[in-house]
Amino acid sequence: MTGPGTEVQPVEVDEPVGGEDVRPDRPWLVIVWNDPINLMSYVTFVFQKLFGFSRDKATKLMLDVHHKGRAVVTSGPRERAELDVFRLHEHGLWATMERSS
Amino acid sequence: MIGRRRFARDRQGRIRPGLEDPERDLLRMLPQQARELVETDDRSSQRLFPVAYPDDAAAQSDYHQMMGGSLLEHHQHALDTLVSTIDSPTIDADELNGWLGAVEVLRLLLGTQLDVSEDFTEVDPADPRVDQFTVYQYLSMLQNEIVDTLAAALPRDGTST
Repeated sequence: MTGPGTEVQPVEVDEPVGGEDVRPDRPWLVIVWNDPINLMSYVTFVFQKLFGFSRDKATKLMLDVHHKGRAVVTSGPRERAELDVFRLHEHGLWATMERSS
Repeated sequence: MIGRRRFARDRQGRIRPGLEDPERDLLRMLPQQARELVETDDRSSQRLFPVAYPDDAAAQSDYHQMMGGSLLEHHQHALDTLVSTIDSPTIDADELNGWLGAVEVLRLLLGTQLDVSEDFTEVDPADPRVDQFTVYQYLSMLQNEIVDTLAAALPRDGTST
């Protein structure tokens, strides 16, 4: 987003062709997937308990998981994301992590 | 069950589980069976150890090596907490969190064995697995009641921004 009065010129960027993408600014996304066993009330509670989310935010994320099949619940550096995934696994949720594209 | 709360808090903030004898017997027996499943490599116990890196086998292998043991301990500890406090007249919030974790493990195992679908609500009396479905449904109700009690103590507006 830019403020008024600024003009931003498009910048040519050399995208890497194949090989590992080393751009450091792509955070890891922690994703929770819908599953047929976990209860909606339980999933909402786990989001509140683990991440300190408000009840409204936790409920919205739970509904995203329920209706869209998945939701990004947190994002950040790899170590942090892995810890979040682990804590979700401790609580029986089906969580994975991937780099944002 | 209207009007009856299984996990009411007393004035000291302790929780008084209002369980009947058959419920306590069930909740003593199920963790025993679950421990055997969890410690072997039964298909249903795989659900307790989800894949963190679905697209990266090497990273997944590292994750499992590093975290698998802790995850197993976490599940075992929850099951042990349920069994060791099932006859206590009152339990604290940490112990109730252990009960919640144990009920979660039991539901994941049983739900996987029964291959439940998301819209499962009614037990079919003609199904030969009717007893297992009834237990699954009981555990779902129990989990909802535990969540109600624990969630009531969380700040509604959260602690993060």
